[in-house]
Amino acid sequence: MVQKNRLKRSDFIFIESGEAFQPFQYSVGMEGSRFFTEIRDHKKFLGLKCPLCRKVYVPPRKICGPCFKTMDEWVEVGPMGTLSAFTILRFPFIDPETGEKKPVPYGYAFILLDGASTQFQHFLKVDPDWPPAIGIRVKPVFAENRQGKLSDIRHFEAA
Amino acid sequence: MKRTAIVGVGQTDHNGNRFDVTGVELIQEAVSRALQDAELTLDDIDGVVIGNMDHFEGINGVELWSISGNGGILKPTIKLTTGGTTGSTLAIGGYHLTASGLFNKLLVIGWEKNSESDTTGAITTAFDPVWDRLVFAGAISGLAVEASAYMKKFGVTEKDAARAVVRDRKHAVKNPHAHLRREVTLDEVLRAPLLSDPIKALDICPRTDGACAIIFANEDYAEKICPKPAWVLGATNRHPYAYLGDVEWYPLKSLDLAAKELYAKLGIKEPLKEINLMELYTPYSFANLSWIEALGLAKPGEGAKLIWDGATDAGGSLPINLSGGVLSTNPIGATGLIRAAECAHQIMGRAGERQAEGVKKALSTGFGGCFWSDILIYGSEKPS
Repeated sequence: MVQKNRLKRSDFIFIESGEAFQPFQYSVGMEGSRFFTEIRDHKKFLGLKCPLCRKVYVPPRKICGPCFKTMDEWVEVGPMGTLSAFTILRFPFIDPETGEKKPVPYGYAFILLDGASTQFQHFLKVDPDWPPAIGIRVKPVFAENRQGKLSDIRHFEAA
Repeated sequence: MKRTAIVGVGQTDHNGNRFDVTGVELIQEAVSRALQDAELTLDDIDGVVIGNMDHFEGINGVELWSISGNGGILKPTIKLTTGGTTGSTLAIGGYHLTASGLFNKLLVIGWEKNSESDTTGAITTAFDPVWDRLVFAGAISGLAVEASAYMKKFGVTEKDAARAVVRDRKHAVKNPHAHLRREVTLDEVLRAPLLSDPIKALDICPRTDGACAIIFANEDYAEKICPKPAWVLGATNRHPYAYLGDVEWYPLKSLDLAAKELYAKLGIKEPLKEINLMELYTPYSFANLSWIEALGLAKPGEGAKLIWDGATDAGGSLPINLSGGVLSTNPIGATGLIRAAECAHQIMGRAGERQAEGVKKALSTGFGGCFWSDILIYGSEKPS
């Protein structure tokens, strides 16, 4: 009987999948397109307000899931916000989007932008002199060369 | 609707690397053990439901690819997959399909060979490519963030969470199927390398190769097959969020809502007293504190007290995770189904060294996706 907890890798053959990759092209819809255009051109955050429950969704999406209502009332939110929860990632892993190792350690933040009802996820700059804490005020830092995507915001940092 | 029960279960010898078998052979190992447990042959089985999280192995037609091992040749065979909750959703599916009367004896299989790819990378692909993936870092990151909010809200400590790890790992020693079967101390948990604040290496579940198979039979067959079937008393689930940023951090809303619905349906008023055993999909230490609050076992912020009191240890008033739980074994697509299998074997009196006394009602959960929860409750008495 095989000792299943004492298997030696060298006793077995493995087949690697190789360097194959499959690129995707995702639609972000009218709402996502408007959000990213505003970020790129004006460094402004936009959300959508539900006509029924009045929640302001960021990122914006066409439908309020709980109410199942179409939303079309745009609201400017942020750019300042409050840190509602966070962690600091320290273990190395592969980014499935790029195949590259993620730049650990990095701060992973959930931010309640002023005027929004949902949180916005982004990188958090971790400053050893100012360790992050739930409840601190944060502000976005934008990339110089913006292309209309989430990484147009470089990170958030203590305000 | 027909009353339905679990009449046989089979698990593989779970391990970090099952290099000795292909995925198909791993599945077959669990299936043949389930058939053996129920004293049935494949000829007795009406249909097969199989599931895993397909991006871990990168095989999309799993129900077809595994046909020689899953027992589905020339039978109705379908795939069911819902991310982390796959295993518990499989159990709910097995319950629905046999309770409907369309299937009398159904084989349900959950499996994963996590050694075949990068687990964190694969989990990330379950989330929105535009809004979630840039900063999200798999299960550990989302759970670490949840822990940060829970600690801040109630002053819960890393030591409180470590106590739950000590419990689960101690229980695993008595489970021959468990992946990690070595006890750990509070000190070891607290000194383990930091992965993502406040989660350290021993606070989080391992990645495991393993499979689990369960045979469901409805009331026309259950008692003929099994002297003490584990009746399914009810099941439900909740999926409250779209993107990760929509999450409300406390309580675990999906579990809170699902438990309330099921308790009301079954007339359970004091789950701590009325349920004898729980197998929870608690993939990290803090979940063993905060999610039992969502299950109504403790007041907000007081889950740790129940853990420290030993109430949830083997021999306690409500033992939790006698199998060693997810912190000891985690073949992701099988993980939720293993919870169901463990509850069933406890009710059947077939849990070996980890057998608890007089299990009349047991509860299992599943967790995954965007903080989603599944829940099932089982009983030793045939429902009226």
